[in-house]
Amino acid sequence: MRLLTHNMLSSNIKGVANRFPLKIEVVKVVEKEVDFNIDFLKNMFHKVEWKALAEASRTMGYTELPETADATMLDSDDFLHKFHHALLELHLEEGALVCPETGRKFPVNKGIPNMLLHEDEV
Amino acid sequence: MKLKQLESLLGSLEQFSTPKIELEQYPTGAHIASRMLYTAENSFEDVNSKVVADFGCGCGTLGLAAGLLGAESVIGLDIDAESLEIAYANANELELDMDFIQCDIKNLKWRGQIVETVVMNPPFGTRRKGADMDFLSSAMKVASQAVYSLHKTTTREHVKRAALRDYNARSAEVICELRYDVPQLYKFHKKKEVDIAVDLWRFVPQRKQERSL
Ligand SMILES: C[S@@+](CC[C@H](N)C(=O)[O-])C[C@H]1O[C@@H](n2cnc3c(N)ncnc32)[C@H](O)[C@@H]1O
Repeated sequence: MRLLTHNMLSSNIKGVANRFPLKIEVVKVVEKEVDFNIDFLKNMFHKVEWKALAEASRTMGYTELPETADATMLDSDDFLHKFHHALLELHLEEGALVCPETGRKFPVNKGIPNMLLHEDEV
Repeated sequence: MKLKQLESLLGSLEQFSTPKIELEQYPTGAHIASRMLYTAENSFEDVNSKVVADFGCGCGTLGLAAGLLGAESVIGLDIDAESLEIAYANANELELDMDFIQCDIKNLKWRGQIVETVVMNPPFGTRRKGADMDFLSSAMKVASQAVYSLHKTTTREHVKRAALRDYNARSAEVICELRYDVPQLYKFHKKKEVDIAVDLWRFVPQRKQERSL
């Protein structure tokens, strides 16, 4: 699972108020190279929750993203490459996603988060 | 990529080994899948460089078709772990990166406008009534640009009304009518293959403000 996907997933447990972002527990991270697409990044910049992305990437062991970011940074090639790497190239391969409110864990195996709920959570 | 080439690549993918009746696991054929995504890209520019989600991805045919046509990122969702494993292997076979999530489409909660296009072949609702509409409802909440879906032609009026009235569609158009082969996977099918008429739909969601969760 990439951090692009993490940036939209949220805890789907019934009755939970604080759903996003899911915390990440890391057992294994893998990196896979992806072609660099500037227009895509500029478009996505306005859609991602920066804080969630920056924190998630740090948890995954990548510390190059600034705490906050604004659109003027999109002029910097260096910034764009870091954004690209964090958003698309880091994968959580083994570990868990954790509901920020209840602490319920959603396991991630072979890169696939299991977001299925128990009956009493629906 | 040419349509023929796309169809032949999709034709080589692994399909459900032991399909589960209650989940309506029949494969979206290469013929239909290739036309669906080819149209989405060449008539509407809804695929290349986009974030695409495949709802009820099964063995991944539709999502992988999007990947082959240049989608920047593809996410496949299915309730069934076994299908996701096959889809994962299919993605590796085509050397495409696709993200997968095991979840029930009915209970989806996603933030924001990141997904542009949803492609899907939902259960037709023959096993659990309303399954097709649950998929459509969720897809319309997630997609910011377009939803492509297959529904039985017999449900055309119902689908159109529900999309416009209940699911916030700005437009709901049938692009074409197709024949869908439901292979004889299940004992209750008497004939070898049941050929049903399905509509390929394109829905455009209303522009949304940033959605709250
Ligand atoms: C008609 S098949 C789609 C096949 C897929 N397009 C392919 O090419 O393999 C419907 C799929 O929806 C999945 N499904 C059924 N109910 C679901 C639900 N509530 N949530 C998520 N997936 C579901 C099934 O497991 C099945 O893979």
